[in-house]
Amino acid sequence: MLERLRHPWPDHRAERTLGAVSLLVCFVVLAMIVFVGARAWPTFSHEGLSWLGSGGDVQQQMGNMLGTGVHPPASSFYVRAWPIVYGTLLTTAMAVPLALTIALLASIFIVELAPAALRRLAIPVIRLLASVPSVIYGLIGVLVLVPFVGNNLITTSEKASVQNVVELTGAGLAVAVVILTVMITPIMIALICEALASVPRSWREGAVALGVNPVRAVMAVTLKAIRPAIVAATVLATARALGEAVMIQMVSGSRSFAPKPVDGWIFFFEPLRTLASAIIDNNEGLGAPALRSTVYAFAFLLLFSAFALSAAGYLVKLPLRRYHVQG
Amino acid sequence: MVSGPGRRSSPLTWRWRDRIVLAAAWAGGLGLCAIAAAIVIYMGFRGVQYLRPGLLFTRPAPGTVQSQSGGFLDPLLGTGLLTLIGILLAMPLAVGSAVWIAEYGRPGWLARLVESSIEIVAGTPDIVIAIFGLAIFQLSLLAPFSFTASGGGVYGKSFIAAGAMMSLIALPPLFTATRDGLQAVPVHMREAAFALGKTRIATIRRVLIPSVRSNIATGVTLGVSRIIGDTAIVLLLLGGTLHIEAQGSIPGLGLLRGTGSTLTSYVYDNSPAGEGAAEQKAYAAAFVLLVFVLGLNVIVDRIGRSQANSMGLAAAGGVV
Repeated sequence: MLERLRHPWPDHRAERTLGAVSLLVCFVVLAMIVFVGARAWPTFSHEGLSWLGSGGDVQQQMGNMLGTGVHPPASSFYVRAWPIVYGTLLTTAMAVPLALTIALLASIFIVELAPAALRRLAIPVIRLLASVPSVIYGLIGVLVLVPFVGNNLITTSEKASVQNVVELTGAGLAVAVVILTVMITPIMIALICEALASVPRSWREGAVALGVNPVRAVMAVTLKAIRPAIVAATVLATARALGEAVMIQMVSGSRSFAPKPVDGWIFFFEPLRTLASAIIDNNEGLGAPALRSTVYAFAFLLLFSAFALSAAGYLVKLPLRRYHVQG
Repeated sequence: MVSGPGRRSSPLTWRWRDRIVLAAAWAGGLGLCAIAAAIVIYMGFRGVQYLRPGLLFTRPAPGTVQSQSGGFLDPLLGTGLLTLIGILLAMPLAVGSAVWIAEYGRPGWLARLVESSIEIVAGTPDIVIAIFGLAIFQLSLLAPFSFTASGGGVYGKSFIAAGAMMSLIALPPLFTATRDGLQAVPVHMREAAFALGKTRIATIRRVLIPSVRSNIATGVTLGVSRIIGDTAIVLLLLGGTLHIEAQGSIPGLGLLRGTGSTLTSYVYDNSPAGEGAAEQKAYAAAFVLLVFVLGLNVIVDRIGRSQANSMGLAAAGGVV
């Protein structure tokens, strides 16, 4: 048999072997959907989709699940996880537009306005920001930004005014959104810079020839031309923001509380929890079946949203291929 | 900026709206450079302040006084072991799939399916991959890969479990780099090999794979950089013991089935978010981690530049 392995293989056998290896990846994706869905099924079958709604203290509900036995009654699956879903939506909805604005401005700077030396410096800088592990972002957040916010930006009277409901330590929405923005901006900059550089020069030169100043030329012509790349970058950044678990868990106060905009400035300092950080928080108690299926339901929701964003990104990139714009 | 002879318009003549955009663009670009510099300088400052060479070589020991509670040798070894397992599992899968997609790729719907699957894996958050790993390795079928607790439940947390999920993390960069490298090899190299009578698989083995060596190296470096920076998988799948603890008496297999920690989980555990309040240890370990990641970045840069010099083709280092 070793003889067969040593001689060069016929092409059809090699093709089939390599094809089988490639199919393994498809099976992994399938297994991901099946296994996470199967573990999440009890929550969906007992609660339907209403577990996404609001009602009661979700932290208490999930704490109650810890005590149930191996065959928990249907009532122990009761959970209303809206504060956690709301936390996820809030951080993502605040971080992505902020990151998009900064990324567009920085990309215009890198591609159009920067002197050559600064432009050569910018690419390693962006790569550095993109490759810093999230636990280091979380460490700087929890050891530098959270005490700064807690001691300097929140007044004692503000802390006293909400101390019956929640404790304001500085760990909360503001720090989480700021660090999340810094994390997802480099991804967008990479895509947008490539797209900006691939717009034909003649379009911009035509605008300048008509008397438009260079910045206005970029805004009016180039930005409109790279709209598909902007959408692709937004999709990618949203997927990253939704899935960020460790950094958020370290700086967001880890309390399943839904920050209330009516609180004014305090809204930015209230603690919260996201779906991903809730998974990390509850990772010890996965022995209890009710808690396990709830946590897997969170994971299934994240998987589904990652799926949907991947599909959206693919659909958005389809027309890009026709115009040969890098996406 | 459009350059050349002729007067450039001075910003003082523009409308306010455009001047604000100009200022904001400069602020955005310089601000990001400042943030990156601040992160590196601050971590460097703290690292120099708290990192002693002894920390790298002593095993961690629980204790209340930070200066006497040992170093992080075990987390370092854990990171290395996990990276090794992850890359060893990812490389055949990634290179094999890339070769199939680039060279064969029939039927067309299957090729699109494989590419979409890898994009889905790339876009899945690492916490979901971690919890999927937990679901898989807690099946009683896979009990030999960790250990079975006394109550009958499979623990599901071991080096092999974490390493298998790490290979999923490293798969997309490696696949993309190899596939792009293979697609960039000029057609005449394949045609020359076919003209000499070589089969497709022999061409792949003897001509194409050696010529994309630097792309594979880039992909491996990017994959390693993602593996050593990942925390969620380690927190969920590695058991979080301070020392590397092998499971069972067989030397190699016991280590693979055992639990331990990595630099990332060590930093997390010693930060205020974990159990410990050992900030100094956390800073020291985070500094070492950052140095590793930056070093890997420099390596990717070097490979990309040397490849561009030698072949004059587009370098494969564009993946962020």
